[in-house]
Amino acid sequence: MAETAAGALWYRRLVLALLLAPALLWLLALIVLPHFDLALLSFRARVAPREYVASLAQYRSFFGEPLYWHVFVRTALLSAFATALTLLVAFPIAWIIAKLARGRMSALLFVVCLIPFWVSETVRTLGWMILLRESGVLPALLVHLGITAQPVELLYHDATILVGLVYTSLLFMVVPLVGSLESLDNSLIEAAYDLGGKGWPILRTIVIPHAAPGITAGCIVVFMLTLGNYLTPTLLGGKNSLWFTEQIYAQFITRFNWEQGAAFGFLLLALSTAMVWLGLKASGQRFSDVMRRV
Amino acid sequence: MSTGAAAAPDLEVSAVTKRFAAHVAVNEVSFSVARGSFFSILGPSGCGKTTLLRMIAGFIQPDGGGIAIGGRDMRNVPPNKRPVNMVFQHLALFPMMSVGENVAFGLARRGVGRAERTRRAEAMLERVGLAGAASKRTDELSGGQRQRVAIARSLVLEPTLLLLDEPLGALDLKLREHMKVELKQLQSAFGTTFVYITHDQSEALVLSDRVGVMNHGRFEQLGSPQELYYSPATSFVAGFVGANNRLTGTVLAQDGALVEFDAGGGLHLRVRANAAFTRGAAVDAFIRPEAMTLARTPAELPPGQSALSGEVTDMLFDGANSVVLLREAHSRRELRIALPQTGAFADLRAGARICFGFDPGRAICFPGTHG
Amino acid sequence: MIPSLPRPAWLRAATALYVGAFLLFLFLPLAIVAVFAFNNAPYPAPPWHGFTLDWFLGNEAEGRIGLFRDSELLGSIWTSCSVALWVTGLSVAVGTANAFLMEREQFPGKGILSMLMLTPLVIPGVILGISILAFASRLADLCTELFGIEADFLRPGLPLVVLGQFSYIAAIATLTISARLKRFDRSLEDAALNLGASHAAVLWHITLPYLRPAIIGSAAIAFLMSFENFNTTLMLVGSDAPLTIMMYGRMREGATPVLNAVSLFLMTASAVLALTLMRRGKRQQS
Repeated sequence: MAETAAGALWYRRLVLALLLAPALLWLLALIVLPHFDLALLSFRARVAPREYVASLAQYRSFFGEPLYWHVFVRTALLSAFATALTLLVAFPIAWIIAKLARGRMSALLFVVCLIPFWVSETVRTLGWMILLRESGVLPALLVHLGITAQPVELLYHDATILVGLVYTSLLFMVVPLVGSLESLDNSLIEAAYDLGGKGWPILRTIVIPHAAPGITAGCIVVFMLTLGNYLTPTLLGGKNSLWFTEQIYAQFITRFNWEQGAAFGFLLLALSTAMVWLGLKASGQRFSDVMRRV
Repeated sequence: MSTGAAAAPDLEVSAVTKRFAAHVAVNEVSFSVARGSFFSILGPSGCGKTTLLRMIAGFIQPDGGGIAIGGRDMRNVPPNKRPVNMVFQHLALFPMMSVGENVAFGLARRGVGRAERTRRAEAMLERVGLAGAASKRTDELSGGQRQRVAIARSLVLEPTLLLLDEPLGALDLKLREHMKVELKQLQSAFGTTFVYITHDQSEALVLSDRVGVMNHGRFEQLGSPQELYYSPATSFVAGFVGANNRLTGTVLAQDGALVEFDAGGGLHLRVRANAAFTRGAAVDAFIRPEAMTLARTPAELPPGQSALSGEVTDMLFDGANSVVLLREAHSRRELRIALPQTGAFADLRAGARICFGFDPGRAICFPGTHG
Repeated sequence: MIPSLPRPAWLRAATALYVGAFLLFLFLPLAIVAVFAFNNAPYPAPPWHGFTLDWFLGNEAEGRIGLFRDSELLGSIWTSCSVALWVTGLSVAVGTANAFLMEREQFPGKGILSMLMLTPLVIPGVILGISILAFASRLADLCTELFGIEADFLRPGLPLVVLGQFSYIAAIATLTISARLKRFDRSLEDAALNLGASHAAVLWHITLPYLRPAIIGSAAIAFLMSFENFNTTLMLVGSDAPLTIMMYGRMREGATPVLNAVSLFLMTASAVLALTLMRRGKRQQS
C-alpha cells in the first residue's frame, strides 16, 4: 500500500515536471533572460574594442540629445491621441453591434468588422498608400471634383499616421467594447430612462461605468500596440514619421549600437508598462482579467 | 387605500392591440384601474401580459387602441415623460451605484440638488424599512431588500402608477411568501396605484383589489379575486385560478340554472351553468376540491347531495392543504378532494372505498372546448 | 439608444450614415488594393488603363513579372508558411501543456508564473525582437569563445524568427486553451475512470477531444499571427525574408502592382480560412 502511494506521488511529480519544463523554458529563455540581458546591455558603455564598463552613458545620451527624447514624447502623445480617437470611432459601432442591431444582423456586422483584420497590416497599409499618395486615388478624386487644382500629397502627415494607426487598432477596441456592452442588461437602461434619464446622463452614469473594464482593456492594448508599431508610421509617415521604434531599429540594425538601442528599448518598455499599470490602477482591475477580455 | 368608484381611474386602457408579425400578442384589451388600487394581470407565460405592461410603460407602441394615465392620453408620450415608473423583473438595480445613489438617480435627473435628493432618498429608504442602507452596495442586500430598493427608487418620484413586472419571480418560495405580504403593506402605506403582472395565481389573489386574467392576448375575465375564484367566467379561468377538478362530458338535460351531464361510464352529475346548452353538447365542468364532502356512508352526506363513491388512490398530506386522490367508481375519473380539518378521515389509506358528494350550486360548467 | 426606447428620425439617419461611413473606411483600402491588381499600368495608381492579368501571369519577356513567375515573392510566401507552421506547432503544444499546468496542477510560485505567461502580450513586438536578438547573439559569442563552435542558428535568421514569434503567440494559445479547459466538467473524467479507462485513455478520448475546438482555433490564430507578424520578425530576420518583410522592402522602393496581386492572394486565403473556421464554430454550436 505504502509502495503504491509513493508510486502515485512519484507519478504526480513527474507529470508536474513534464508540464513545467516547456513553460519554464519558454518564459526563461525567451522572455526573462533576454530582457535581463537587454537591461545589462543598456547599462554599459564601450570604452575600447571588446571592452565595456558599467555606465549610465546610454540613458544620459537619451536625455542629452533633444531629438531622442522629442521623438519619445511625440510617440507617446500621438499614441495617446490615436487611442482616444480609436475609442471614439469604435464606441458607436460597438454600441450598434451590441444593442441596436438584432440577431443575425448584429452577428453579421460584427464579423464584417473583423474581416479586414484577417489581412496583414502590410496589405492594409499598401491600400492606404495607393489611396493617399500624390499620384493616388483620393488626390485624383479631389482634382476631378474641382476641390484642388493640383493633386496634393496626403501621405507623410501626422494626420495620415493617425488614420493608419486608428485603422489598424480598431479591432482591438471593438472586440472588448462589444463584449462589455453586450453584458449590460437592457433593463438597466430602460430603468434609467424610466426614472427620467436622457441620453448623456445614462451614458455617463450607467453605460460607461459598466463598460469601464472593456474600455480600459481596449485602451491599454491599443496604446501598447500603437506605441510599438513600426510599419504604419514608417510607411505612412515616411521620413517625417519620427516614431520611437524607428530609433530603436536604427540603433540596433543600422548603426549596430546595441547598447544605445537596448536603452531605447527599455525606455519604451517602461513607458508601455507604466501606461498599462496606470490604466489598471485607474479602473481598479487585475491584469489577468484585462488580458482575457481582448 | 380605498377602491372608491368615485375616484377617477388612474389608468384607462381601451381596445389596445399589438401584433408581432402574424402573432397577435395583445388583442383589443380594455380595462381601467381605480386610483390607489392594486391591479394584477394574471396569465401563463406567453399570454401577452409583459407586452401589455411594456405598452403602458411606453417601451412598446401599441398598433391600435389608447392608453390614458391620470386622465391624460399617452399616445406619442415617450416612456420617460409618462407619470409611470416600473419595477423590472430582475429589478435592474444599478450595480455601479450605492443604494442611496440608486434611489436618488431619478431625482438627480430631475435636477434636484444634491443635499435635497440625499435627504429625500434617505427618507424614502426609511419608509421602506431600509434606514441607514444608503451607503451599501446593491449586492450587499438580500433579495427582499433589493426589491424594496427597486420600489423605493420608483416611488421617490411619486408616480401616478407603479408597474411591477413579476418582481417576485426570481425569489425562492419562502421569501416570495414573505414579500407578498410586504408588497401589499407597502402599497397600502403609500396609496400609489400598482399594476402588477404575474403568472402566479396565488400572488394575484392575495395582493390584488382587482385582477385581469389574460390568455392568448385577451382578457378572459376581469374581477375581484373572490369573483374569479367563486364565479369564473370561462373554463380557462376556472382551471387557472385555484385548484380545480375538471370533468368533461356531454349534456343530458338542462333545468334552469342546473345542467345534468354524462361524465362517462354512466356517471351523471348536476352542476350550475351560466349558459344555455342543448342536449348532446360538450361540456367542461369544474368542482373545487373543498366543495366536495367526504362520507363513510351515503347517509352521512348533507341532504340534497347525490351520493357518489370511489376508491382512494393516494393521500397527499400537506397540513391544512391535505387532499385525498380518489378514482370515481363509474367513470374511473381521478378526483382531488380536500380533507376536512377535523382529522376525521386521517386514517384513510389507498384502496379504501369512500363516499362523497358536492353541492351542485358550487360547481360550474362551460361549453366544452374538447371535441 | 436601444430599440425599446424612442429614437428620433435624425438619430436613426445618423446611425445609418455612421455605419455606412464606417464600413467604407474599413473596406476602401482593401478594395483599392484588389482593384489595382488588375490595372494595365506599371504602377498601382489611377487612372484606370484597362483590365489585365499580367500582374498574376506576366513573365519577364513582357517586361512585367507576375506573381506566379516572381520566384522571389513565391519563395518568401513559402518562407512565411514554413515559419508559420513551426510557430503554430510549437505554440499549440506549449499552450496545451501550459493549460494543463495552470488549470490542474498546484505548485509554489504558480501566481507569479501565471502573471509571467501574460507579459509577452504587453511587451511591444520590437522589444521582444531586440531582446531575443541580443541574447541569442551573446550566447553565440559565448559558444564561439568557449568551445570554438559557430552556433549559426543563434544568429539572425529563420530559427530566431520562429522563436521570436513563438515567444508571444504561445501566450495567446495558452489563454485560449486554458479558458476552455477551465470550463471542462471534471466529473466526465471521473466517470470515464470509474468505467475503467486509464489516465492516458481519459486524456485521449475525453479531455483532448473536448479541447479540440480551442486547439484548432488557436492553431488558426497562431498561423495567421505568425504569417502577418512584422515587428518582431523585422529585428530577427536574416537573408531569407518572409513575405511581410519582402513586401515592406518593395513598398519603400515604389512597388509594381504585383504587390497588389500578392495582397489579393492573401485576402482570399484569409477569407477562406476565416469562413472555414466560422463554419466549424457554427456547427459546434448547433
